[in-house]
Amino acid sequence: MGLYRVVVVVSYKKGLKDPEAETIYRDLILKHGYRAVKELRIGKQFTLLVEAEDSEKASSYVRELCDKLMIYNPVIHDIEVTVYS
Amino acid sequence: MKSFKEVAPEVEATVVWHKDFKSVNDWDAVVIPGGFSYGDWLRAGAIAARSEAVARLSEAVARGIPILGICNGFQVLVEAGLLRGAFLPNEHGRFVCRWVRLRVERPRGPWLKLAEDGVEVHMPVAHGEGRYYVSSDEYKELNSSYPIIRYIPEQNPNGSSYDIAGLGSRDGYVLGIMPHPERAVTPLLTPRGFRPGGELIFRSISRSLKSGW
Repeated sequence: MGLYRVVVVVSYKKGLKDPEAETIYRDLILKHGYRAVKELRIGKQFTLLVEAEDSEKASSYVRELCDKLMIYNPVIHDIEVTVYS
Repeated sequence: MKSFKEVAPEVEATVVWHKDFKSVNDWDAVVIPGGFSYGDWLRAGAIAARSEAVARLSEAVARGIPILGICNGFQVLVEAGLLRGAFLPNEHGRFVCRWVRLRVERPRGPWLKLAEDGVEVHMPVAHGEGRYYVSSDEYKELNSSYPIIRYIPEQNPNGSSYDIAGLGSRDGYVLGIMPHPERAVTPLLTPRGFRPGGELIFRSISRSLKSGW
């Protein structure tokens, strides 16, 4: 058993209107000349410290809890799970 | 409670704390009020939707007990999967509190018994996360056979998909509504140019419980 740091990022699906991201992109980033930025998305990050046999088990454990407890809503969100040992 | 007293005094209504909501058999109908639940952390209604009380509500749905979710109550019903769709923060990013005009389409079930198809009703909204979202495919199904309460187009206060303000289950036993019917039951507290539209819902459930729907 080891401890794994699992980072979950929940962001809005592409194509869904996200006024916060749009405003930051348009009125802050572009307005100040950072034209190389072509897209901005905003997400919520959860960092979990998980005890598991290996990193794959840590990942599937977290994915399961995200699905079952609806940490994200598949109707509107994408989810990204990354494990660090 | 006051709304029932005001427009349907024959209905006996009691406030029940969620932890005391032990059995669905004790009630003829359930209203989940607005406000906030668990700080609305994660998403509005998301944590409440996994609570024991809401698990019991699913039982109530299975038994055909009428359920009304107002504002945060609607968000809880959606997060619990008892109604379709999802909620997002308002499009303009601010809390919105004002009276709106709504149209009821395909009224059905106990909460809309006295509504005529297409009737216009007025009540106030008060929310920060009221932008209802549904995919276009799902919407096609909703729009063919579900009760829908819509903001009159130019009055959509939050950017909701298809101007949706409220939605029923297909049979209308479960109804969720973002605006507040309980704040629209007395002419004294209704601004000029509007009518208190909430009484329609409270009168409907009263009549339904007495004589069916």
